[in-house]
Order: sequence, then structure tokens, then C-alpha cells
Amino acid sequence: MKPVPFAYHRPASLDEALALLERYGADGRVLAGGQSLVPALNMRLAAPAALIDINRLPGLDGISLEPEGLVIGALARHGAVEASPLVARHAPLIAEAMPHVGHRAIRTRGTVGGSVALADPAAELPACLIALDAIVRVTGLGSRRDIPAQRFFRGTYVTDLAPGELVTAVVVPPIGPGWRSRFAELARRHGDYALVGLAAHCRVDGRAIMEARLAFCGVGPTPVRAFRAEAALSGRRPDPDVVAETGRALDADLDPPGDVHGSPALRRHLARVLLSRSVARIVG
Amino acid sequence: MDEEIQVSLTVNGVAVSRRVEPRQSLVDFLRYGLELTGSHVGCEHGVCGACTVRVDGAIVRGCLMLAVQCDGCRIETIEGVAGTGEVFDLQEAFAQENALQCGFCTPGMLLTAQDLLARKPAASAQEIREALSGNYCRCTGYHAIVEAVRKTAEARRRA
Repeated sequence: MKPVPFAYHRPASLDEALALLERYGADGRVLAGGQSLVPALNMRLAAPAALIDINRLPGLDGISLEPEGLVIGALARHGAVEASPLVARHAPLIAEAMPHVGHRAIRTRGTVGGSVALADPAAELPACLIALDAIVRVTGLGSRRDIPAQRFFRGTYVTDLAPGELVTAVVVPPIGPGWRSRFAELARRHGDYALVGLAAHCRVDGRAIMEARLAFCGVGPTPVRAFRAEAALSGRRPDPDVVAETGRALDADLDPPGDVHGSPALRRHLARVLLSRSVARIVG
Repeated sequence: MDEEIQVSLTVNGVAVSRRVEPRQSLVDFLRYGLELTGSHVGCEHGVCGACTVRVDGAIVRGCLMLAVQCDGCRIETIEGVAGTGEVFDLQEAFAQENALQCGFCTPGMLLTAQDLLARKPAASAQEIREALSGNYCRCTGYHAIVEAVRKTAEARRRA
């Protein structure tokens, strides 16, 4: 199908974009990479009066190392993040997750800010940001907020973003010594949305896991922190009995949905598989 | 509200200037506006890969970019890369391996395969499968397509 007609704006500055957001309110939609919005337009699931194309806003596509951490601009494309030596070094979890985002042609266009603002429950990046205790930076007319990722994602396609605000960057705080990470997911085909994905970020001492931050995607309306499993792992060597105990704790953390792609029981099973594989990799 | 907007871009090396409706996709612009019908329209939601074209050197879904966004961009379609001979050996290999049946997916397959081989000349069969996993062949001729790409990669490495 073809989209319903809409007005098109391509603001040249952030202030101009924010003014347009204010002017159109709920009738305007922000066009970033367009890899989720344009399908919705084509299928007429969305019919905004106006698109505000932010692709040419200057200075929002950078990836830089700052004292506060690794700052990834909202317009950084998934492909650029995947190829960035800075991301590979300072947020290897995100670098490892990027190849799982759609397909190459999708990653050419898709943006970090778009993934964050859309908040698809199966998306990889939100889970990574929660595991890394990252910050989502948003800007409105005359306001700027730094929101911890853990609080930003509030439901299926629901975020803390207020009307008139734009995501401008994500900030990954500096990673301390001993922290190792692993991103893994299981999907029916490469490039499909994950049945289950796991962003694992752990502080390791020898073969013991001292602290663990585990964020699962595809198992709930937002990325799900597995607090019980984290507690079961922490301060211990992940021997087979500890891994089994962690898997049982994980069962209590998750309440995954069932759909045409997989039952809740399948997702629980796959989550345990991902957890044991990732832990082995992290201490290996 | 949706008045036409002037865009200027180059398509297969030719400068083009047109007025487009904001809602027109890049692939519809190429097909209807420029009569470049080698890029195909399949699912129109980014799943099938039949509309794959290059924008500023990188492959994109032609159904998920608006023509109006391509102002100032350099577009290459299957007509362009076939015309310059860039994918001649891939095309030959597709014919040799019987890797095109109805041919609907072929332009997208060729552009995606060419993108992979440019980045990873020594791509394994598994990597080829992963790279092509975003391009559907509803004749299900995948094995022959992977073989054609693999043999092209091999021949290019020998050359």
C-alpha cells in the first residue's frame, strides 16, 4: 500500500525541529531512519499529518568519547555503530548486538535514536543500554533531560519521552576494570526479531562473577532485568550447579508472552540456554 | 498539505531533477518517475529486499526511503551496476547456477551480494546465507543463489 498524504518538513536545526514538533503535536511524527515508521506509513497503521525529517540535523550523528562516557548521537546509523572502533572498545556489548539488528540494508538507515524512541520490546539496543546502565539524553524546547535507560523504557512502544521532546544521544558510562559483556539472541532466521535476546554485563574476578547485570529482550513489554538470576550468580563461580540454580531463579524473573513465533515455555527455555552460554563465554 | 517538492539527485550517474509527492517512496520514484523498473516492489515494508538499491554507495530498502529524502544523493540501481559491468560476473554465475527462476528477487539479490563481496571478498557460505537472509526468493531457489555468490567470490579471489 501507499502512505496517506502528509506534509514534509526537513528542519535544518534542532530548534527548528523542536518548534515543528510543538506546532504539530500528536499529528506530527519524527522521521529518523524510517525503518519502522515508513513500514507503518506504507501499511497505513500510522497516518500523521506531517513528517519531521531530522536526518539532516547537524551534529547528531557523532560517536565520541567524553569524560562522562561514550556518547552516541541519535542519528548514528546502526551500521556506523557496528563499524565504530570507539564502540568496539568502550561499549563492546553494543558492537556485538548491532549485527542482529535487521539486515545490512536496514542498518544503513536505522538510527540509535530511532531504536530508543520506538522502544520495540524485542529490540536489541534498549536491552544493551539497560545492561550498561546507560543514559538516554533528550531535548525539548528550552529543556534537556538525562534519563537512566532503566527508567526510560516504560512499556511496549512506550517511553518516558514527553510530547515535544527528541532523543539526541545515548551515553554509556565508562566501564570499570573487570567488566565483560556478551550479547546473544535466538531468532528463527538471521535478522528476524529475537524470540529471546540477552545483554549480559558482568564484573569478573578470575573465574568468579562478582556482579551481574542481565537484560533480556523479547520476553516482556520492555527489556527485563533478571534481578533474581543476577543475585544467584553474584560472588560465585558459575559451576554447573550454580548455573542450574541461576536458571531456576531466572524462571521467577521472567513472564514471557506466547505468540505465533513461540510459546512462553519455549521462550523460558531459550532464555536459560542464552544465560548459560553467555555466562560460560564471559568467564571463559 | 502534501505539496510536491523539488528534488535533485543523480541516478546511475545522470543528474535528475523532479517534483515529487512527499509520500512517494524512492523505489516508486525510480519505477514510475524514471521508468527504471529493474528495482522491484514486493512487500513494501522492508522485509523482502526486492527493492534494494544503493544510496551514496550503501544498500538500502528502496521502499523505506522517501524520494524526497534523496535530494542531493547518489542513487545506483540494478540498471546502473549492470550497465557499468560491475556485477557482470555475478550475473553470469546466477545464469550458470540457475540462480534465477522467475527473476523477481534477482536485482535485489545481486546488489546485496555485491555489497557483501565488496566488504568480505572471502565470505563463507554461511556468511553469504546471513547476508542474503533479508532478501526473499519466493521460488525458494536459495541454494543456487548462495552457490552463485560463492563461486563468484572464489573466481574474484583467483583473478
